[in-house]
Amino acid sequence: MKNRLRMKDRVFKGLLFAAALTILILTAGVVYVLIKNSLDAFQTYGFFGFIFNAEWDPRSDSEEYGAWSFIIGTLFTAFFALLLCIPFSLPVALFNGEYFKGRKISSVVGSVVDLLAGIPSIVYGLWGFYTLRPIVIQLGVNASGFGIFLASVVLAIMIIPYASSLSAEFLSMIPNTVKEGAYSLGATRAETIRHVSLPMASSGIVAAYILALGRALGETMAVTMLIGNTTNVPSSLRDTGNTMASVIANQFGEADGLKLSALIGIGLLLFVITAVINLIAKFIMKKLAAG
Amino acid sequence: MKKELLLFFVVCLVLFSCSGSKDKSKRSVGVTLSGAGATFPYPFYSIVFRDYMRKHPGVTINYGAIGSGGGIRSLRDKSVDFGASDAFLNEKEIASMGAEVVHIPTCMGGVALSYTLKGVDSLRLTGELVADIFMGEITRWSDPRIAAENPGISLPDIEITPVYRSDGSGTTFVFSDYMSKVSPKWNKVMGKGKALKWNTGLAAKGNPGVASVVQLTEGAIGYIGSEYAFTLQMPSAILKNKAGNYVKASLKTIAAAAETDLPDDMKLTLTDMPHPDAYPISLMTWLLVYRDQAYGGHSKQEAEVLVDLLNYIIGPEGQQLAEQVNFVPLPFQAVQKTQRLINRIHFAGERISAVPDPEIAVVEFLSTDTVTDHQRKVRYEKSITNER
Repeated sequence: MKNRLRMKDRVFKGLLFAAALTILILTAGVVYVLIKNSLDAFQTYGFFGFIFNAEWDPRSDSEEYGAWSFIIGTLFTAFFALLLCIPFSLPVALFNGEYFKGRKISSVVGSVVDLLAGIPSIVYGLWGFYTLRPIVIQLGVNASGFGIFLASVVLAIMIIPYASSLSAEFLSMIPNTVKEGAYSLGATRAETIRHVSLPMASSGIVAAYILALGRALGETMAVTMLIGNTTNVPSSLRDTGNTMASVIANQFGEADGLKLSALIGIGLLLFVITAVINLIAKFIMKKLAAG
Repeated sequence: MKKELLLFFVVCLVLFSCSGSKDKSKRSVGVTLSGAGATFPYPFYSIVFRDYMRKHPGVTINYGAIGSGGGIRSLRDKSVDFGASDAFLNEKEIASMGAEVVHIPTCMGGVALSYTLKGVDSLRLTGELVADIFMGEITRWSDPRIAAENPGISLPDIEITPVYRSDGSGTTFVFSDYMSKVSPKWNKVMGKGKALKWNTGLAAKGNPGVASVVQLTEGAIGYIGSEYAFTLQMPSAILKNKAGNYVKASLKTIAAAAETDLPDDMKLTLTDMPHPDAYPISLMTWLLVYRDQAYGGHSKQEAEVLVDLLNYIIGPEGQQLAEQVNFVPLPFQAVQKTQRLINRIHFAGERISAVPDPEIAVVEFLSTDTVTDHQRKVRYEKSITNER
């Protein structure tokens, strides 16, 4: 009997090990394929030459590919979306994680916000296209409505749930005794939040926002429908542009040769950027857990 | 334990029954052909293939609308039986294919310049104006050069938003081919290709993307496949053709573009054609097949079905379907020449005789040798329009 149990245990362990290993192999495989297929572009233009070149010319007799305009477009939209989402996600986090912690209303608000995360990207795109764009035109941002501004606003709404639920989680983790200490010293609720809760949860909140940023960087469908898809380095919110994910989605179908290699190179760069951002978030969270 | 055993049996049963039915369906399916390529003729291909499959229950045809470039690649890799493209292969591509490829035209279409301008029902443009608009030289609808082409029409003083394709596309190729022919500046600055480097305007993915951006943006103008513009009934610019006439894109004017001496291999562009009624941005779309069908494990039966399918597409039934989805049927002369091309397809030197005897006539229903070419043509055209 005991032997059989041990046997079962071993099989189970083996299965888990195999599953974990598969994930590792898959990730390594993805990286390998990205590197292998983008080598052509990196060799032609040089690693930094490819990154910092803003030229994207797909015509066969004057072919030249650089990732710069898409890198800027990606960072521009993602960071602006992050900025836009803070005034909405932070109050929601405080509402759920502090003021109404554990109450029914907070679980209702929490699930509705989480629902935002479940809406498919294409639906956000359609909403931005048909509903938000006319408003953006009326605001006088630009003539067609498409561009960095519209894409960022929709991205901001898409990442609110990621930023707010994790932040609320960290806020609710603060021990009550600490807050009670503040109250007993005569602090009001607002003062407690400002001087106790937010500083204590700050690294967790920062990590939450970094993860939300990572999500905004890789968003494809909604952005592609709203950003205007032009190949230029955007310099203001009124400009149209393109992001790394969106240019791949747009041009992959007919791409061939060097262009295909350049697109895969952009994919690799996007992979690296998101990986770095996730690592930073992990590092901050780890520091929080240790502290 | 018992429960688990029961579950096991149930799962087995389900699996067996699945595989059983699969086997059965496999047996009834005689031949499967697969193709890939252009998205432009996809609406036509999807209904013509479905129609063919309904009439030949043993045949399955799969078509992936992955773009002309992908179609050419897939044919070269021999992962499909036929490719599809809106542009005929260039020298480099022909050399890369390894063996002779036959271009079979299937239908025609045009590129319409659709616009959204409140209160402007009819808009005349010349090729040069279109080129200047898409290069960002003309930026407002009230530009005197546009007004000069449109006497009596009050054009609003708003910004022009040119809309183009963000993905590589045969539509872009044909559009830029025409632009290069009529505007020396375009030829120098923009060139022609499936994807270009644009300096102004907006891009959207696919015909649907461009169409919806144009429809919802006041002052926008974009180039889209004519069949798409016809289906959505979008207002489109009337263009000045080579003969100096202003023509609207329609089935008739696009067909007129092919009223010319057609080359025997049917590889031609139909932009800026001289016929007085010709719509200047017309195009032909092709299926690409290897001339020698004995390759990569192809069976003769597959080759026979393929040839029969090609005959069906260019025959009256297929062409009538093309018209139903707003593509332009091939003119009689083109059908004749294409028929000859199909007859050249062989299987390791053996002739593939599909349904009609290739020697006798152009298409099955016309197989009386006493009628003149003109009579055949009249009958052919009648058969397309009457059967609608």
